[in-house]
Amino acid sequence: MKNLIEIKGVRHAYKTRTGPLPVLDGLDISVPEGEFCAVVGPSGCGKSTLTRLVAGLMKPDEGEVWLDGKKVSSPRKTVGMAFQNPVLLEWRTILDNVILPLEIVAPSMPRRDRVVRAEELLEMVGLSGFEGKRPSELSGGMRQRASLCRAIVHKPSVLIMDEPFGALDNFTREDLWQTMRDLRAKEPFTAVLITHDLRESVFLGDQVVVLSGRPARTQYILDVDLPQDRTIDVLYAQKAADMLQTLRDQIKIAQGRDPEAA
Amino acid sequence: MEILRKIAVPVMAILAFLAVWEALVQINDWPNYVMASPSDLPAAYAQFWELFLVGSWQTLWRTVAGLGLAVVFGLLLGMVMGFSRIMRDALYPLLVGFNAIPKATLVPVLALLFIGQHDFNTVLMAFLISFFPIAVSVGIGLSTLEPEYRDILRSLGASRFTIFRKIALPKTLPEFFGALKVSVTLAFIGTNLVEIVSPHGRGLGALFLSAQTNSNYPLMFAVLIALAVLGIVLYYAVVALERIFAGWAERQAT
Repeated sequence: MKNLIEIKGVRHAYKTRTGPLPVLDGLDISVPEGEFCAVVGPSGCGKSTLTRLVAGLMKPDEGEVWLDGKKVSSPRKTVGMAFQNPVLLEWRTILDNVILPLEIVAPSMPRRDRVVRAEELLEMVGLSGFEGKRPSELSGGMRQRASLCRAIVHKPSVLIMDEPFGALDNFTREDLWQTMRDLRAKEPFTAVLITHDLRESVFLGDQVVVLSGRPARTQYILDVDLPQDRTIDVLYAQKAADMLQTLRDQIKIAQGRDPEAA
Repeated sequence: MEILRKIAVPVMAILAFLAVWEALVQINDWPNYVMASPSDLPAAYAQFWELFLVGSWQTLWRTVAGLGLAVVFGLLLGMVMGFSRIMRDALYPLLVGFNAIPKATLVPVLALLFIGQHDFNTVLMAFLISFFPIAVSVGIGLSTLEPEYRDILRSLGASRFTIFRKIALPKTLPEFFGALKVSVTLAFIGTNLVEIVSPHGRGLGALFLSAQTNSNYPLMFAVLIALAVLGIVLYYAVVALERIFAGWAERQAT
């Protein structure tokens, strides 16, 4: 299978008053088409910069980002984004929020078709019946579900998520993991998920990339050898426990601590 | 019941206010030239109703015209300051300085600049006094837009104008209407200022001045009340517009 996302030797530094602040220093990530790549790392290690690079919102100082065989130098319509903050538009209904990307990407698509597509997605994430509500009338978890629908409504080839479940309580978060798993089975996207939750990375990822502390480079790649239709139970089995242990050790190394220490 | 309460409560408050006013004048036995009483006013309105109609109309249209200019100019200025740091740094001190000038001092300046253009001067003053809150609030609203809001559209290759139209502008509407409520009152003050200060003026302000010249005290108070009523009408017109265009920002009481 070909790699849909290819990040090669990316280096980047932000200019600050006290001189350049390197955030990425030798980042290499490959994600085959249709796969789910989870990225974990210590906080402040440049994970969000990574999402902006893949989305084409900024260019790296060095190195290359390739999407679908094309070098990324500017934003493209085949990308969907979701953030920790659902950033729904308060003045639009849930349905019209989900439709928003179609207004940009497919301006000639008839309204009727847009509605059909949005309703199909809202149904998948369990938001049927909430189409006419305002975002302020929904709970945090429901808002995030709507935000995910908006991110994939235009059938992007790449879905980029920056800690989308980070602000939710544990039960809601696990519900949304399962929603994400179900969406993957029906929608053909390749995903990059930035997270600080190791269980999340193992439950959703086909591979987990561990970044080192700032400036970040690819420190470790874990192949998640679990079935596609995994359930939450899988996280409590020995296999997943071993993987989580490996990831925890890697994070400690990334933080500059001794993995043998408690 | 709800509607009845909404109308009855303010009406009762106004009646109570008038009763206290009337009582104060009667008890203290103030003559007209100290303080006219509400019971003097109907006669003034009856005698000069034509002047009131003409004056109100002149005051109203010039206020609204000035406010309209302030909205257009304030929005443009706010956009420039909201999107460009350099422009913000450049324009802020100028704006603050200009806003600090007491506008009464501008009346003779304008009168000399545009001699005899009374309507123009009045509209200009209403505009000058009222664009500042709009420009500042729109500028702040745009410059504090969370980057994620921009990114969801920018990552799809949307143009700056599309992002402004679909996200930044509607998101700033509540702040805009908050400023407009301040501006509408300011524009009204600006109009009246020119009407009262400049000779041969028009509108309710000029009517007030001529009442003063003729020592017609009940008429002076009648004009003040008419001004208050006009101010209320203008304010609630803005509130109605806010309901229509930014009603989504109003949270239901829970």
